[in-house]
Parts: sequence; C-alpha cells; structure tokens
Amino acid sequence: MPLIEEKYRPVAQMLLSSGTCPRCVLRFCCVGTYSPYRLPYKDLDGEMQTYVAVSPGDTADPRWVPPCKKAKLDISIENPGDNFLIDSSQLNDKNDAPSLRSCNLCLGILQDLSEADFIKEIFQTVNSAGYEFKDFVFSVSLPAQMSVREHSTWLQAKQEMGKHGHPFEKTDVIQLKEAYKWITHPLIAEELGVQAVSKSSFEVAVVFAHPETDGDCHFLAKTCKDCFKPTKNKLSVFTRMAVIKALEKIKEEEFCASFSYPPQCPVTVCKVVDLQCSHASVFVAGRYNKYSRNLPQTPWVIDGERKMESSVEELITEHLMAVFKADSFNFSSSGREDVDVRTLGKGRPFAIELVNPHRVQFNVQDMKELQKKINSSDKIKVRDLQIVTREAVAHMKEGEEVKTKCYSALIWTEKVIQEEELQALDHTKELKIAQKTPLRVLHRRPLASRLRVIHSMRAEYVDEHHFRLYLKTQAGTYIKEFVHGDFGRTRPNLGSMMKTTADILELDVESVDVDWPPALDD
Amino acid sequence: MAEESQQHQEFPSVVDRYFTRWYKPDMKGKPCEDHCILQHSNRICVVTLAACHPLLQNGKTIQSISYQISANCSRLQNKVSGKSKRGAQFLTEFAPLCRINCTDGDEYTVYSCIRGRLLEVNENILENPELLKEKPSTEGYIAVILPKFEESKTVTDGLLSQKEYEEIVLRRTNATPDTS
Repeated sequence: MPLIEEKYRPVAQMLLSSGTCPRCVLRFCCVGTYSPYRLPYKDLDGEMQTYVAVSPGDTADPRWVPPCKKAKLDISIENPGDNFLIDSSQLNDKNDAPSLRSCNLCLGILQDLSEADFIKEIFQTVNSAGYEFKDFVFSVSLPAQMSVREHSTWLQAKQEMGKHGHPFEKTDVIQLKEAYKWITHPLIAEELGVQAVSKSSFEVAVVFAHPETDGDCHFLAKTCKDCFKPTKNKLSVFTRMAVIKALEKIKEEEFCASFSYPPQCPVTVCKVVDLQCSHASVFVAGRYNKYSRNLPQTPWVIDGERKMESSVEELITEHLMAVFKADSFNFSSSGREDVDVRTLGKGRPFAIELVNPHRVQFNVQDMKELQKKINSSDKIKVRDLQIVTREAVAHMKEGEEVKTKCYSALIWTEKVIQEEELQALDHTKELKIAQKTPLRVLHRRPLASRLRVIHSMRAEYVDEHHFRLYLKTQAGTYIKEFVHGDFGRTRPNLGSMMKTTADILELDVESVDVDWPPALDD
Repeated sequence: MAEESQQHQEFPSVVDRYFTRWYKPDMKGKPCEDHCILQHSNRICVVTLAACHPLLQNGKTIQSISYQISANCSRLQNKVSGKSKRGAQFLTEFAPLCRINCTDGDEYTVYSCIRGRLLEVNENILENPELLKEKPSTEGYIAVILPKFEESKTVTDGLLSQKEYEEIVLRRTNATPDTS
C-alpha cells in the first residue's frame, strides 16, 4: 500500500525538493494515521525518496537534493527557577557537519527532537523533579514563525493541487503538534512507564524557540498593525495567536509578495527554552478547634513586623506542606475568629489549597496520621481531615452566607444585676439589631449599617457584676460590638437593653453550623 | 467563679483596651476647651470632648447641636463609599465639626484636631444631646476620622499624651484653685 494518496504526489515532490522533512511531507499529504510517522526517520526518508523518484509522470526536479536526515541539534534549556538544565553536549556532538540543515517547516521538531535520545533527556529531568503521578499531559509550545512557514507552504501546495483540479483546505494539513504527539507519546510512555493522555492533573510543558528564524514574522507587523499591539507581561508582540490572526487577515498576493516560497532551511533546530512540570492543586479540608486566646487565625503582620508568634493557619499547613511537598498554599475558612476568641465544639470548617504538590497519593490512613501530627499542638486540634474537590470548597463558601453561629460570652455590667433581670434576655427571640461597621475593622471595610438577627439568648448568673451569655446568631453578627455597643454604633446593644454599660471579657465560638466537610469516623 | 469575677473588676474598658488618648488643650486659645482624640490601633480616630471641657461642667444645658458649620457645608452631608472611603470630606486640624449652643447663650465649636477623612458624625447626639454629657468619651463622641495611611504615625504630633495633658490640668488647678 502506498504511503501517500496518489493525488498528493506532486505536493510530496515539491516539498521534498525544497528542503522539507519526510514527516512534514506526510502532514501536507494529509496522512491521518500515526503509523507512518512512527517509522524510523531513516526508513521513512528512504521510502519517501523511492516514492517520489518512481512517479509515473516523473515530474521531479532534476536538481533535486535529498533533504538532510539529521539536523544539527542545539538544545539548551534556560530555566533558572527550576534547575531543569539538560546537558545538551551529548546531543550536539553527534551532528557537527555544518552542511546539514533542518527541515524548513518543523525546524527540527519532527527530526531529532522526536528521537528517543531527546525525549529521554527531557523526561529524565521530569523524573528527577520528584512528582507523583499516574498519567500526564504533554503540552508543547512552538515558535510563532512556524505558522508563517506553514501558511506559505499551504498556499503553494494549494496551487499545485489546483492545477489538477483538487481542492486543498488548510485544515486538511495534519497539525505539527498532532504529529509530534503521535511520534513521541510511545517513546515517553517507554521512558516513564505511564501514559500521556489528553486530560490529567499532571502536566509537562515544553516551550520551543528558534531564534534563527524569529525574523520571519516581522513583515506581518507592517501589513497588519492592529494585530500586534504591545501588552504587559509579553516579551514580544509576535505571539502565536497574534501571528495566526494576522495570517487570517492578510491577502494571499500580499503574503506571497512579502514571503517567498520555499522558506529557507535553517542551520539550527529549535531549542528548549522552558520545561515546566506542574501538578493541579490538591484541596484538603477539615474543622479546627482553637484553644488559645493568644493565637490569630492567620499570621498577624503589621509594617512587616510579626505581632504574634504563630497562627492557626501555620500550625495546620506546616504539616501539610511537609508531606504534600507543595510550592505554596491558600488557606480559607468558614469565617474567622478574633485572636482572643476560642473556637470550641466541633470546630470551624476550613480548606487549604496546596499549589503544585509533588506528593498527592494519600489514603484514609495517611490522612489520619497527618491529623494526628497536627494534633500534637496544644493550641489547636483538627478533625475530619480529608482530601476534597475544588467544587466542594465552593460549597463551604456558600454556607458562610446562610449559616448560624453559637457563642458563649462572659459579660460584665457596670450596675449590680439581679438574677431575675437576666430572664428577660432568655425570652428575647429573633432580635433585630442594626450594626454599623465596627470601628475596629472600619479602616479596611466599607462603612455601612447592616441588619442582623440574634435568634436566641440564654443567660447564666455568675455574680452581681458578671453573667455568662449564650447566643445563637445570624452569620456576620459582630458579638463584641453587640455587647459593648461600639460607641452606640450597634443598636440596640446589650448595654442599652439592660440600661447600663456592658462589656465582654471572654468570647468562645461554640459552633459554626455548616455541615461541611463531612464528618469522619475516628 | 468568685475568684474569676474579682480578677475582672480591674478589667480595662473598651477605650482603654483598644485606643490611645491624645489631647488638644485650650483649642483655638479658648481656655479649657479641651478635645480628646481616641486613636485606635488601626489608625481610626474618634473625636470627643475632654472631661474638663466647659460644656461638660455642672450647670450647663445643651440647647442645640448643629453639624451645619457654614451656609453651604454640613457635616451631615458627608457620604463615604467603598473600602477606600471615597467622597469623604477632608479635614485639617482646625476644621470645625459642629457647634453646640447652651441655654445660657454660650456657643462652643468642636474641631477636628487631626488631618484625615471624615467617616461619620454622631447623629445620636442630635436626638439625645444628654449622651454628650453622660458619656462624652463613648456614646457621646462627635465624629470618626480616618487619617491618611502615611500620616497615621505623625497625625497626633501636635497633640499631648495622657501624661503631658495631666500635668497641664494639674498646673491649671494649682494656678486657679477655685475653678474646679
């Protein structure tokens, strides 16, 4: 069976004679099965040459020179952040002949950069980064000028096909990335022992550049100015997307006048300028108790200076970071308590996003042990520690709006109180209060007056100036301000209700009524 | 429990716990018209009258309080929006906040004493002027001001600390022993 459909023979001849590699010829001859691409390069090249040479019409150009089989390889990986430095000397040494040139379309991508040696280098680096993964996505970023070269070749091939009455759409051409994956995936699977798939939480991303031919795009800036506007964070205006957009706009004649076919064969091949491994975030949820009145929820830093030694966040995440080996984390919780407030009962729900974790496979037993480690602290305790999905974390944030909370507070009153007076509080149900944004948070929150509901209260007499008050309130009620009144800015307040000055000496959160994360057996 | 309550008798008040007191004595050269600024640790300032202020002395009765400080400027018109408190009236040290008239015909003007954005004035004292006399340092406050972030440390430079102020008050009593 012939390698290529007969009608594409003129295209194959044209491309081969202009310095295109046999694999790119397959692409432009619309070969949509992967097996020919996976043939050893040398074998494919031989077959291809035989094929075009014995053409029935024999229209081959007599001056035709076979394209190089091996292009000069020039790999250097510049990624100071991650120590992904590949020693390219080994690869370079093999191909020193100066006359050898790369394919004028793939710039070496389907040549040496598809060979087992190169793939091995890349994935040894991936392996040494120490990630845990079951499968992975291999993503490849190619230099923008490749699109210009492909466009030029497509126009020429279309013309050639048109001579024989065959239509030729740009979408008929097999994408370079597609062919690259067909060739490399089995090689990678062999190296790593796991499969490359289209969707995975682990990604290996390679960025190729080819400085020698960067200038190919520049003429587009003159013909299509509005496609190339400088933006922040971009080193060059010639991004892949901008170039593709400009190519869609430019007229064929204009393009051909500025960029003649065939594109020149470069002396270098693409080099790897970035190699990044990343694992999707893992989310860990649980509930925490806080037993200290000198422990903030998150690190308390003012003007770069620490106010308190530790925090709930740190006491939990230091253990998580150690085992998940993540780059960073984001702590979130269902509300927060003040530094001097304890959180008792079943605790407050929290979730932690672990960004780019290297270790991700933990079973129920592992999580229990992790929980035990965190619980070696006497200031906090966690329960129901578990791995959850990103979507479930959103669920916790939704609950924040509608939940109720229960508190216990130790109250002081200026006047002497009678036990009987407290009964009035017990009978107060669904009390509506108007709270102006408390002065203590007014510097960072908008000024507003908010309506809140105290669902119920229960008072326990302590002595003539003290009692304990249990409250069940709507989410977002400021308890301290309800007690002392915040300069009369919360009305009514406990002081105004009891016709005295009241103050709050101690506050504990007794429960945060959110039924997430699910409770676990001990 | 008894032990616990004993301990809490000495518990500092809300103002003592979270605020620093700063004083401006004899505002605008008027004897004893002392202002007290309560500065929260988050830089927010509450303008109040010091206990020595003539208005708070026995025998004075407030007739009216007005935040209309000129024909076209009323502190009641002040509106702030968002976290950054856009739209606030900006006050300097000598910006008047309100005028208080007494039944004996005396009028007192309360001033900002510090630079910053006016966040709110106390409307409760309009309904109930007695708050000003009963609880001058809490519910009878005059206004809340947010100094600029970069001026939060220097904004009280022209004011006296609690200790410095007490010395002044002591000197006053010694000079004219029969005023208090």
